Amino acid sequence: MTWQNSAITITTLLPLVGALAILFVPSAQDRLVKGIGIAVTGVCLVLAIAIAATYDYGTSGLQFVLNTSWIPVINARYHVGIDGISMPLYVLTFAMGFLCAVYTWRFVPEPGRVKAFVALTLLLITGMAGTFISFDLILFFVFWELVLVPMYFLIGVWGSANRQYASIKFFLYTLFGSVFMLLGFLALYFNSPVDPATGKHTFDIVALTAWGGAGTTHLFQLVAFGGIALGFAVKVPMWPFHTWLPDAHTEAPTIGSVLLAAIMLKMGTYGFIRIALPILPDGAVSYAPWIGALAAIAIVYAALCCLAQKDLKRLIAFSSVGHMGFVMLGIATLTTIGIQAAIFGMVAHGVITGMLFFCVGSIYDRYHTRQIADIGGGMSQIMPKMAGIFAFVAIASLGLPGLAGFWGEVMALLGSFSPNTSAVAGLNVGLFRTFMVLGGIGTILTAGYFLWMLQRVNMGLAPDRWKDHGFRDILSVEWVSWAPLLAAILVLGLIPSIVLNSTEQGVNAIVRIFGG
Amino acid sequence: MQIDYHAILPALILSGTILVVLVTDLFLPQRHKSASMWVALFGVLATLVAVLSLVGQGDRSTFGGSYVVDAFTIVFQTFFMSAAAVVLLISYRYFRDGGFYQGEYYFLLLTSFLGCLLMPASRDLLMLFLALELVSAPGFLMAAFRKADVKGNEGGLKFFLIGVLSTAVMLYGMSLIYGLTGHLQLNEVAAGLDALTGAKQTLANAAILFVVAGFAFKVSAVPFQFWAPDTYEGAPVPVAAFLGVASNTAGFAGLLQLMFVAFVGAYTFWVPIFFALSLVTMSLGNLVALQQRQVVRLLSYSGIAQAGYILLPFALVTEDPAINHSAFQAAVTYLLIYGIMNIGAFAVTTAVSRRHPRLQIEDFRGLMRTAPLLATAMTVFMVSLAGVPPTGGFWAKLLIFQAGIQRGGIGVVLAVAMVINSVISVGYYFLIPRAMIFEEGEDPSPLRSPTLVTAVVAVAMVALLVIFVVPNAIYRLGEVSSLAFGG
Repeated sequence: MTWQNSAITITTLLPLVGALAILFVPSAQDRLVKGIGIAVTGVCLVLAIAIAATYDYGTSGLQFVLNTSWIPVINARYHVGIDGISMPLYVLTFAMGFLCAVYTWRFVPEPGRVKAFVALTLLLITGMAGTFISFDLILFFVFWELVLVPMYFLIGVWGSANRQYASIKFFLYTLFGSVFMLLGFLALYFNSPVDPATGKHTFDIVALTAWGGAGTTHLFQLVAFGGIALGFAVKVPMWPFHTWLPDAHTEAPTIGSVLLAAIMLKMGTYGFIRIALPILPDGAVSYAPWIGALAAIAIVYAALCCLAQKDLKRLIAFSSVGHMGFVMLGIATLTTIGIQAAIFGMVAHGVITGMLFFCVGSIYDRYHTRQIADIGGGMSQIMPKMAGIFAFVAIASLGLPGLAGFWGEVMALLGSFSPNTSAVAGLNVGLFRTFMVLGGIGTILTAGYFLWMLQRVNMGLAPDRWKDHGFRDILSVEWVSWAPLLAAILVLGLIPSIVLNSTEQGVNAIVRIFGG
Repeated sequence: MQIDYHAILPALILSGTILVVLVTDLFLPQRHKSASMWVALFGVLATLVAVLSLVGQGDRSTFGGSYVVDAFTIVFQTFFMSAAAVVLLISYRYFRDGGFYQGEYYFLLLTSFLGCLLMPASRDLLMLFLALELVSAPGFLMAAFRKADVKGNEGGLKFFLIGVLSTAVMLYGMSLIYGLTGHLQLNEVAAGLDALTGAKQTLANAAILFVVAGFAFKVSAVPFQFWAPDTYEGAPVPVAAFLGVASNTAGFAGLLQLMFVAFVGAYTFWVPIFFALSLVTMSLGNLVALQQRQVVRLLSYSGIAQAGYILLPFALVTEDPAINHSAFQAAVTYLLIYGIMNIGAFAVTTAVSRRHPRLQIEDFRGLMRTAPLLATAMTVFMVSLAGVPPTGGFWAKLLIFQAGIQRGGIGVVLAVAMVINSVISVGYYFLIPRAMIFEEGEDPSPLRSPTLVTAVVAVAMVALLVIFVVPNAIYRLGEVSSLAFGG
């Protein structure tokens, strides 16, 4: 075993090992458990950064590949690897995981049970990270589903008042989508070319991408893409499959919301880019206008919903629907700039919205309410640093140039100004320009609701009931877990090429399929 | 006629054990009646060793091809003897502490398991019938073993009446087939049926229908499922485990041989029947299970729904041997994995029944605090029954989906129906983890589970998690257990 072929396996499975180790720690040893959580995720982050540092960005294709036999009976293989598209998401997963583990040092939500909380979080991290490195459909699906059970329990046990409803809704919704995705995968398998060596069809994503659905009927592509896209669309979530998200986000404990927003939603959009588009290009072209339309609706609809929200956390949750709308709009254009925008948007949304959920969690920790009316304004008076950070992140989220949120949105809009009109894709320019206009309106509304939110939370005079409460401004553990994110928001905004250079080769390869 | 004694050694050992259990019970003093369990367990383990001694010896056939030992036989006999050991282990404290007749119970239980043991090896209609009756008849008595309980009596009587009726119908069907073809052995029956034409063929189809009805009762397929919930609920919990795991699987083992061998030529006639059976059984089982608040009843309806899933591969049979093989493999693999998770669930239920004999879902509240191991394991079993990773249940379902997609056409329709049903099933399977983990019970003192039960539960849980990581071993079992025919 060399560093090249074992690095990502070790990094991905290490949290799982940590979770198992925690089971053997006596339950009274809370600090030890939290320490293991921080140590394991810290080591993982270091390893992930080392992988990113030793990755050769000059070439396209997979690196750090390990492709070995796993289930010969159905020809499913343990095929993992990483490329420029996976890289930012993979590193982001461990970065967020580590910061969440640090945050947990101080904030364990009711009802405690630290062991189970940390172990489930670690299991969740393995599932999410594994999704981004799997290059076998069955392996991908296993990692994809692995996140369901831990997240279900994180919401159901450590969530707020309506947690039981939110957790089962989350579970049923995402399971419903993903079972159809599984049927789609199986349909791909039986239509894929037979490997002469084994005499069997293949689940290998690289091989399937090379095949690209050649020789299948248009109807097959439509049905298979539909099934697979349903699974991804629920996870993203695309309007109108988004209704689980506000509930799950609102009820989840803080780090559950952070990981959900920062990583888990990206699994859906990543799936589109990695699996749905390249393997079923014909289906993708047929669905692209519809995806674009749903994305445009999502952007406007989410912004309008945000304007109506009274609950701070629910507001942020709905803003996620809008931001993911921009990501999907970028993907739907089938252009280099659009898909680049999508991946950048995924990373930016992960950092920004993850940070927003941290803020909301800490605000709730002080006020014990998330109702904007109950907070009543004046946070700048009571907790000036918290208010400052909250304003910074909110403004980044509304897409201010110079901060991370800007690039994803503007590039997606640029992409929809000139969608892929090549002979293969042939998207309707007028239609996508309409989406662009809707997206533009959405950005204005987004600015509106975020600024209005800041006005209601930060500005004004603090109500008397909060003044003498002696709220502590930002704690050191919060500084530690937030500072990297705040820096990332700024750095990604100023130097977007960090991500764009990594993804360029991979995105070009995908767009070439569509004649771009 | 030369008899292959090695081939029938497992059955001989188990038969001997049955007699020993019956006789020793007469001489055991009242407070040591529970020792019968250890005698029975020893016999079952010896039988298991005998079964395993047949591995790698090639296919053997004896009694003129009526009794065949091939991979299919060995896989299922191993499964049944493991299940027997588990049912014995979870019965021990239940029957000892519950004031039941113990010697008689172990005698009846082993007799039923003797039927299970014979079932996969039986390759003619008569043997299949005998094996099935051997499974059922002691079951009627065991189901009513809670003599003082009205529900137990009701459940046992229902089981008996419906069981006898369906047996009669099945035997009638078998006699018609014998009359039409002049054969009892399955592969000869297949050839005989293929040669029939006209009115005789129609009559043969009717006969197939009768036989299928008999087995449909055994595996509690809709519309022959009415007995199951009442019988399960009224029976002692370990007996419900036996009915849900062993008796059910024995029915499927017989049905697999009949449909994939004896009646395969007439598949155009019976595939639509299985299509409907599967669809209605899984859907009705799931929808009614959603209403259940008593855990054993819930598990019985879950069993009906799962029977619908296992019937699905039967509806995929075509002329293409590759698809038939996939379907057969999917059914076998599903049965094996389903057995593990189902018996685990019943074992946990047995442990909980010591404190909460009514076994409502509320009785599981707070189990995560009072019995963390049991609660964790039960969560694994429920997630597995729902077919969600990270558990072995996922791989069981995957093979059936795969066979359905491979078949195309009605296979896709059934696969879609099954995935929708799987999602629905989460609605009731997760009620139990929710009660155990999200809610607090009234009695916070630790729930003490008998050591033997805890051990069984832990083994089943670990098995499901291991199967999740390395499913290939169990897939191989399904792949190799095609049927061989002597004669």
